Amino acid sequence: MFEKTEVTLDELKHLISDRALTGETVLLNMGPQHPSTHGVLRLLLELDGETVVNCIPDVGFLHTGIEKTMESKSYEKAAVMTDRLDYLNTVGNNLAYCLAIEKLVDLDVPPRAQVIRVLLTELQRIASHLVWLGTQSLDLAAMSVFLYCFRERELVLDIIEMCGGQRMMATFFRPGGLWRDVPKEFEDAVRNFIKIFPARIDEYEALLTKNPLFIDRTVEIGVLSNEDALSWGVTGPIARASGVAHDLRKAQPYSSYDQFDFEVPTNPAGDTYARYLVRIEELRQSLKIVQQAIDNLPDGPVRSDNRKFVPPPRSELGTSMEAVIHHFKLWTEGFSAPKGAVYMAVESPRGELGVYLESDGGPKPYRAYWRTPSFPNLQILPMLAKGHLVADLVAIIGTIDIVLGDVDR
Amino acid sequence: MNDDFKPAIKTLVDRFDAQIEEYRGDVSLSIPRQQVVETCRALRDEMGFEMLIAITAVDYWPQQSPRFHMVYQLLSLQHNVRISLRVPLMGNYPTADSIESVYPNANWYERELWDMFGICFEGNSDLRRIVMPYDWEGHPLRKDYPLGYEEVQFSFNHEEIDERKHYAKD
Repeated sequence: MFEKTEVTLDELKHLISDRALTGETVLLNMGPQHPSTHGVLRLLLELDGETVVNCIPDVGFLHTGIEKTMESKSYEKAAVMTDRLDYLNTVGNNLAYCLAIEKLVDLDVPPRAQVIRVLLTELQRIASHLVWLGTQSLDLAAMSVFLYCFRERELVLDIIEMCGGQRMMATFFRPGGLWRDVPKEFEDAVRNFIKIFPARIDEYEALLTKNPLFIDRTVEIGVLSNEDALSWGVTGPIARASGVAHDLRKAQPYSSYDQFDFEVPTNPAGDTYARYLVRIEELRQSLKIVQQAIDNLPDGPVRSDNRKFVPPPRSELGTSMEAVIHHFKLWTEGFSAPKGAVYMAVESPRGELGVYLESDGGPKPYRAYWRTPSFPNLQILPMLAKGHLVADLVAIIGTIDIVLGDVDR
Repeated sequence: MNDDFKPAIKTLVDRFDAQIEEYRGDVSLSIPRQQVVETCRALRDEMGFEMLIAITAVDYWPQQSPRFHMVYQLLSLQHNVRISLRVPLMGNYPTADSIESVYPNANWYERELWDMFGICFEGNSDLRRIVMPYDWEGHPLRKDYPLGYEEVQFSFNHEEIDERKHYAKD
């Protein structure tokens, strides 16, 4: 019971080549504490000189047991944990979770809440892509792009803070709508961002798109073919940069995305440069959606008035006994969901983010599974890295745009 | 699911001794554990389900037959249709067949199920723990695995406290 088991070379023998056993190639540990592994990813590399022969990812350093913990919380209380999964797409995680609950209990969301959800999710997508762009170019030694990207990202986080009170972990979306309506400074802040951001995208492009050093480091690095993208279950910008024209916002629209006009950029090349171009174009398309959302923001309530699932506003508590009862029920026991299982998927900045919720009829999820996009996306890393130099491996890790909180859950 | 796709599913149901269920628009097929690889191959090659989206499991402890349900999520891009497969597994230490030969990305999902639920996959090329440390004991997402609040076990009272714990023992 107390014996420690060690990982021996025998257990990894099937993953490395015979040359490693004779000492012809070198096994080298990269990470988990390494600036270009974007968090705590550990890679065991088999190197022939500077060329990667095999690459074995080791994940789990950021495992927080969120799925297990959710099983012990009521549906509404579990919502705060969803932000912590993919910490660059907090609002998008809230959205996936709320949509799954709304599907499970069959709850309607008012139009104003739906459009604000779209608006904030697209702003969050911009912020997430900015972190990717900044860190990817930092890995490729373009320091200034990193600073510019984080400057603009802060504008988006300010808007989210204005709504939910926190820059990142706002839990602003709740089952049945939003926590509260957006403040009145919201519109000016969004319009200000829409005004300045297009010129900033041009600025990043001026620094990178035709930069010969950047092109040298990215073109034909980490090529993913169309067939491999499909069979390895890769989604999001990585799949679209391999010519898979699939975007859940278009294919299976949710939360009123069908009312918006936007393009799904694709690129057939499948290399790191193609993924760069696709994500840059996505920044523009997201901004287009934000523009349409702020121009056509409907008036009305932001929370469903179904009192069995959504707590009543505070003003009603002083006058209505029924409101007090609902308030008490929802904040002590929570609402019960009918017996059954649903799967709801949304398009996160990294790909398909799915939530599988199973209910046994009680107020807590019997099983909450998160299909996070980074998990299958990271799985292709050994395939992409094989035969490249260690320096290119850094570019490939950056282009996959992993978030380890999203991989490990 | 669109209606022109339903007859195709129906033929599949007859061929693989499956049961079809629909809840809130999600279609799921219940199939026996021996049919998983064949069903997946038929879904990929004949019906255009190119992508394995996820594999997960649900633990119904203390129920024993079935104790687990595995849930496969498949996506067809050409038809824009999702389908899920539910596979019941009996007993505390079940085994299942790996579908790595059909969908290569099943590898990590099956490793995760082994790690989290203790479901063993025959034919998986790399069945090691993936998320928990390699020397971890137990499978955290099982319902009999405690969520904290355990008595602390020391070397002198390890056995004694172990007897009071309510995880599956056999």
